[in-house]
Amino acid sequence: MLEQLTDRFERFVRNLRGQGKLTEANVRDTVREARRIFLEADVSLPAARAFVDGVLEKSLGREVLTSVTPGQQMVKIIHDELAVFLGGEFAPLQFGRSPSPILMVGLNGSGKTTTAAKLALHLKRRGRHPLLVAADTRRPAAIDQIETLGRELEVPVFTGDRKDPVAIAAGARDYARSQGLDCLIIDSAGRMHVDEELMAELATLQAAVAPPETLLVADGMTGQDAVRSAKAFLERVELTGIVLTKLDGDARGGAALSIRWVTGRPIKFVGVGERPADLEPFHPDRMAGRILGMGDVVTLVEKAQDAVDADAAEKMARKLARREFTLEDFRSQLVQLKNMGPLDSMLALIPGMRGALKGVEVDEGELKGITAIIDSMTVAERRNPRLIDGSRRRRIARGSGRTVQDVNRLLNQFEQMQKMMKRFGGKHKLWTHKGFSEIPRLCI
Amino acid sequence: MNLLDRFKTGLTRTRQQTLGKLTGMLTPGKIDAEVLDELETALIEADVGVNSVEELVDKLRSGRSTHSGLDPAALLKSELISLLDDCQPERPERFTAKPWVILLAGVNGSGKTTTAGKLAHYFSLQGKRSVVAAADTFRAAAVEQIEEWARRGGARIIKQSSGADPAAVAFDAYQSARARGEDLLLVDTAGRLQARRNLMDELAKIGRVLKQLDPSAPHEALLVMDATTGQNGLSQASGFTAAVGVTGLIVTKLDGTARGGVVVPIRRELGLPIEFIGMGEGRDDLHPFDAKTFVDALLDI
Repeated sequence: MLEQLTDRFERFVRNLRGQGKLTEANVRDTVREARRIFLEADVSLPAARAFVDGVLEKSLGREVLTSVTPGQQMVKIIHDELAVFLGGEFAPLQFGRSPSPILMVGLNGSGKTTTAAKLALHLKRRGRHPLLVAADTRRPAAIDQIETLGRELEVPVFTGDRKDPVAIAAGARDYARSQGLDCLIIDSAGRMHVDEELMAELATLQAAVAPPETLLVADGMTGQDAVRSAKAFLERVELTGIVLTKLDGDARGGAALSIRWVTGRPIKFVGVGERPADLEPFHPDRMAGRILGMGDVVTLVEKAQDAVDADAAEKMARKLARREFTLEDFRSQLVQLKNMGPLDSMLALIPGMRGALKGVEVDEGELKGITAIIDSMTVAERRNPRLIDGSRRRRIARGSGRTVQDVNRLLNQFEQMQKMMKRFGGKHKLWTHKGFSEIPRLCI
Repeated sequence: MNLLDRFKTGLTRTRQQTLGKLTGMLTPGKIDAEVLDELETALIEADVGVNSVEELVDKLRSGRSTHSGLDPAALLKSELISLLDDCQPERPERFTAKPWVILLAGVNGSGKTTTAGKLAHYFSLQGKRSVVAAADTFRAAAVEQIEEWARRGGARIIKQSSGADPAAVAFDAYQSARARGEDLLLVDTAGRLQARRNLMDELAKIGRVLKQLDPSAPHEALLVMDATTGQNGLSQASGFTAAVGVTGLIVTKLDGTARGGVVVPIRRELGLPIEFIGMGEGRDDLHPFDAKTFVDALLDI
């Protein structure tokens, strides 16, 4: 996520950290470089200027210049400013009286329908009972799309008369009450902010629904126009938050981040992939760390908690403590790892990993291969790999469609892993990193 | 309203805040630092990108412009037009093969399906019969959406069930179009981000399968790009070019306030021309690209 911005800032921070002495002149140079990085990442020009001015003021005002580690000081200032720029505090969703509506608005193609479905899944996993409301009556097949998504996620969808968004929303409210559903996710039609008629229609819809949450869904790849369209939406409807989409891959996301700055509304979620689960609550401080290449272990741990069954994890922890980690356990770990999302984006959350992985293709097929090899072993072999002699290795290789070398490699790696586990004794934190508190045990 | 007017109407909406102010500013003999700063700001806010902006501004600053004249506005315009238009080999004539195959690709939500319908309509006005291959088999209800757009564009549609192999859909559609002697095959693919390797491989496969049927197909691979796209557009263009040999761009949603300035660095660095621009939700809202109109509207001078 935000690859470009992160890459540039990482290099920038590395250089800065090495600085033993900073003069006012090179503080200014540094800040100018930060401005350029921002502009290349599509941060809007006024936002970039505001950011730069903030950093400059703090750097020259505080004791950066006389500090023993001026580079570090400056990194900290940039980190803090970045966190403020991204929105300071984490802003959770607001709910009103049940059924509480959430209205999704945005330009055409920004990802409203997909995000509505992702949000439904997110709420459902947190014990709520959402109803998807198909109020996009304009785009051909938008209603079919949300119906299909609802079916896949087992979330009810309300389509009403398929004509009038206001009537559909009203009908949805009654329907939700009768079905005991506690929130409505209303997918409105995409519209250009310059289209008077459609913007007026949206204002009417909002007035009728009076939602405690109106989320502007914005494309993370948008350029300088992002602030113009966001401002236009803000003028016509009461926005309460922003969802940034398409932030997986190499989206720069800078302009979209400046939407926060220009509207003053918090970013509440970011879309990071095509699957329904690929929606993350947005934490400004963590994101600031990510952008500066400091990783984001907290999010990683949360993802792990989401994907991993708590009981299974507890059992695993006990096994680890007793040093009974077997190939069978290893296999189930791999499966859980895959459930957490694309492997490369997971690894990028680990401090220092991003740089180390630069240019390395993380091969998800490799995981499949390892799973196949373990599947081709007998139960006895999985529990006690020492049993696996040459002839068994050949059989396992044949059975899994891999080579004997692959089997050897896996067994070697597993042995290494067991050694590691013994050293950790299964009860210590795996990483410590400045600024990150005690990290829960990750059973990898 | 003619094309230029329509285009300008879209862009005029933001005129006062950005490029528009250049009109008053760029008067002959006033290329001073302040003017250049303003110019730089305006170009950056049009998504032209830091590198291209610096190059353009440096040219004006140092008087190295290959165009003569003292009016910086006219100079800038000439620079942009020649960048977007000149020295580009003539695009090969369309419909020299039957069916002529146009592959549409792009990131999610850029407007591929809408554009496929508009293209079918555009060519139908030239008497061409089109087939649309519904090769977006991934997104929920994408097939229903393209069916509606094919109807609007007067094209026949070839589809399979959701989740089918998109390359197989393209294959079938090609054979069907050839059997019926139709002129144009439009392949509407699923939106994908250029950083997703497996999805780009899937796209490349569609291209390879079409090549088996006609070694010169796809005759055009057009990257559909939202005009609001920022500097990521450059990465989109190179990513899609690597997968499927993009031959040109279609810039959509130019009826908003975005100006699609990222096409400048795309042209500059990758040499990709713009073939069409999209400016609305109607089937008629697609027009062949014209550099002069585009730059006129971009700079509003």
